[in-house]
This record gives sequence, structure tokens and C-alpha cells, in this order.
Amino acid sequence: MNINFTLIAQAIAFAVLIWFTVKFVWPPLLTAIETRQKEIADGLAAAQEGKSALEVAAKKSEVTLNEAKQKASEIIGQAEKRGSQIVEEAKGTAKTEGDRILAGAKAEIDQEVNRAKEGLRSQVSALAIAGAEKILRKEINANAHSEMLAKLAAEL
Amino acid sequence: MAIEHAEQALTPSSYITDHLSFNTKPIGDGSFWVLNYDSFIMSVLLGVVVMGLIWRVARSATSGVPSKGQAFVELIFSFVDEQVKNIFHGDRHRFIAPTALTVFLWVLAMNAMDFLPVDVMHHFVYAPLGLEHWRSVPTSDINTTFALALAVWFLMIYFSIKVKGLGGWIHELFYAPFGGAKFFKPQSAMGYVGLLLSPLLFVANFAFNIIEYVSKPLSHSLRLFGNMYAGEVIFLLIGLWAATGLTGTIFGAILGAGWSIFHILIVALQAFIFMMLTVVYLAMAHESH
Repeated sequence: MNINFTLIAQAIAFAVLIWFTVKFVWPPLLTAIETRQKEIADGLAAAQEGKSALEVAAKKSEVTLNEAKQKASEIIGQAEKRGSQIVEEAKGTAKTEGDRILAGAKAEIDQEVNRAKEGLRSQVSALAIAGAEKILRKEINANAHSEMLAKLAAEL
Repeated sequence: MAIEHAEQALTPSSYITDHLSFNTKPIGDGSFWVLNYDSFIMSVLLGVVVMGLIWRVARSATSGVPSKGQAFVELIFSFVDEQVKNIFHGDRHRFIAPTALTVFLWVLAMNAMDFLPVDVMHHFVYAPLGLEHWRSVPTSDINTTFALALAVWFLMIYFSIKVKGLGGWIHELFYAPFGGAKFFKPQSAMGYVGLLLSPLLFVANFAFNIIEYVSKPLSHSLRLFGNMYAGEVIFLLIGLWAATGLTGTIFGAILGAGWSIFHILIVALQAFIFMMLTVVYLAMAHESH
């Protein structure tokens, strides 16, 4: 139990061990642990960032969706309005066209009637002249009485 | 643990003396120039094995997912680092924390040799290797613990001078902890007495510091040595009882097991205390008063 040279030998061994640890053991462990700590911190920060980004995106998508809905309903409203407008226009056009056709037909009918009347008139006057010719035979001069007959035909 | 089938020639005192004496090798003249090569070889072996294992893990340490071995080493690393961080508020990674790790692991490993059953080791390991009365526990050698404490003591003085400068350190030897004489014109009669007596403060301070510097390495080393030596002696006493017959063997085995289990606490605690004191002493050297 006496102090001897072992003291110095052990102290040297101790010094070498400390040197070894300081130089080779501690730094790589420290680097590994600190790097990991930093990575974890970064990861957590990134996750937080992602979370907030997701929230922002969700809000944005909601806004966009609402806008789209509004636009769609606007478009539908416009389309409906335009549809009814077109129908109204068509109705108007059809009515005008119908009226026009009707008027045309009426005019044509009138024309036909007039033409028939005209034909009949001339035939009646001819018939009257022929009848009168037969009755009067001699005394009546077709040329002398044609003016009177034409007046008569116009009165029919 | 130590179940001794004592040889007839062995007496209790020779048994204990045999187990507590070192293998010595004189390397010069005089009683100092002797090497206890069993404690030296054991401590170096343990230091190389323990720090080598840690180094192997540290060399391939990854910042990604750690292997189980790395996780275990990191556990120890963080434990030591945490302790140092609480005591020392400087750049601990440069020297103090690695030193604390070295001290803790090395002392723990050397203390743990106490768990080796002395007589089983002697009969089945050391004797076949041709080693007589080989001492397994380097920390139960006062030379080992004193070497560690003295190394820490020198580091303490080195850091004191490095941080405060040689002048600052010498100044502190004489001015701390009681403060020095202040040369001002006294206001009262008692003030003159104070002025005359104030040089005594230098003496008191210096005496106080010397006592502190002497007691630090002594308490540091003797605490560890005492605990480990006592632990070893108790194992030997249990071994002696185990040699007295069947009853002694049975009770010796039970007691030995009990003491071993209790000794786990002492081994770990003493290693921890030794590390903490090392850190505290080195941290104190960095502080100026």
C-alpha cells in the first residue's frame, strides 16, 4: 500500500486515455448527435411549415370553389335568361311571319276574287249582249250600244 | 461469490495478505521505483478495451438512425454531457466533457473488476496463466486512484493559470477567499487595528488555499480507494467464512451474492462521484474569485 512508480505509470496511462478520447472518441459522437438534433429540429420545422401551407391551400381551394360555384350559377342564370329571350324572339318572329303570310294569302284571295269577278263580268256582259242580240236582232247596233253595255257591265 | 477451498497451510491472515499484495517489479533503486504491474496492466487493458469499444462505435457514428450499440454509447455520452453542462459553463466539448467521459468509463470498468470472484479467478484464470496473487481491481490500489487525482490536480492548476494568468492565480492564492488588506485611511480606532491586522488575511488566505489544494487530491483519491479496497476486503472476509465448512460455504455464498449486488451500487456510484469531482474541480479552476 505504498506509493511507488505505479503512480506515474497510471498517470501517463490516464493522460493517454484522455488525449485519445478528446481526439478520437468525443468529436464524432458529438457531431453525430448534434447533426441528428439539427435534422430533427429541421424536420419538425418543415412539418409545421407543411401544415400551415396545407391550411392556406385548403382556404384557397375553398375560396376558388365558392367563386366557381358563383360563376356557374351566374352562367346558368344568364343562359336561362338568354333562352327565354330567344323563345320570346322566336315567338315574335313567328307571329310576324304568320301575320305576313296571312296578309299575303288574304291579298291573293282578294286578287283571285277580283279576277274571277272581272272574268264573270266580261262573260256576263258578253252573255247579255248575245241575249240582247238575239232579242233585238236587227234594231240593235252592237257598236252603237257597246258603251252602254260596258257601263252596265261595270255596274254588275 | 468467493468460495474458498482453503489449502491446509493457509491461515486467514496469509490468505488476506496474499490477496491484497501486488505483483511488483523494481525498476530502479529505492522503494519508490517499483511498479505494481498487475494494477498497471489491468488498468491499461481495461482502458484500451473500454475506450476502444467506444471508439469503434464513435468512428462509424451516424447522424441517421443509430444502431443499438451507438444508441447505448450515446446514452452514456448524453448522461456525461448533461452532468458537465450543469457544472461547467464554458466550451466543455474541447476538453472537460471528454475527460469526464474517460474518467467515468475507465473508473467504472476498473471498479467493476471487483465483481470477479477473487478465488475463482485465482484458481482458474490467473494461476493457469502463471500469475500468482494477481490483483484484479486497479482502483483498490492507492497508486491508481492517487494517479488519477493528481492528474486532475495538475489539470486544475493548469487551467487556473491558463484562465487567470500566473499573476491572477498567485493573486487568488493570497486574496481568496477572505479578501486582502485594503490600504485606506481608517476612520476610527478600530479601523487602525483592522489596518494593522489586515496583512494577516494574506496568511489566512494562503493557508486556506494550501489546505484546499492538499485536501482536494487526497479526498478525491482516498474516497475511491477506500470504497474499493473495503469492498475487496469484505469479499475476502466472506471468502474466509466460506472456507470454514459447509454452513460457512452456504452462508458465505448468500452473503457474497448479497454484497455483490450491493456492490453494483458502490461501483457505479464511486465512478460517478469520481467523475463529478473531476468536473467540479476543473470547473472551479475556470472561475475567478
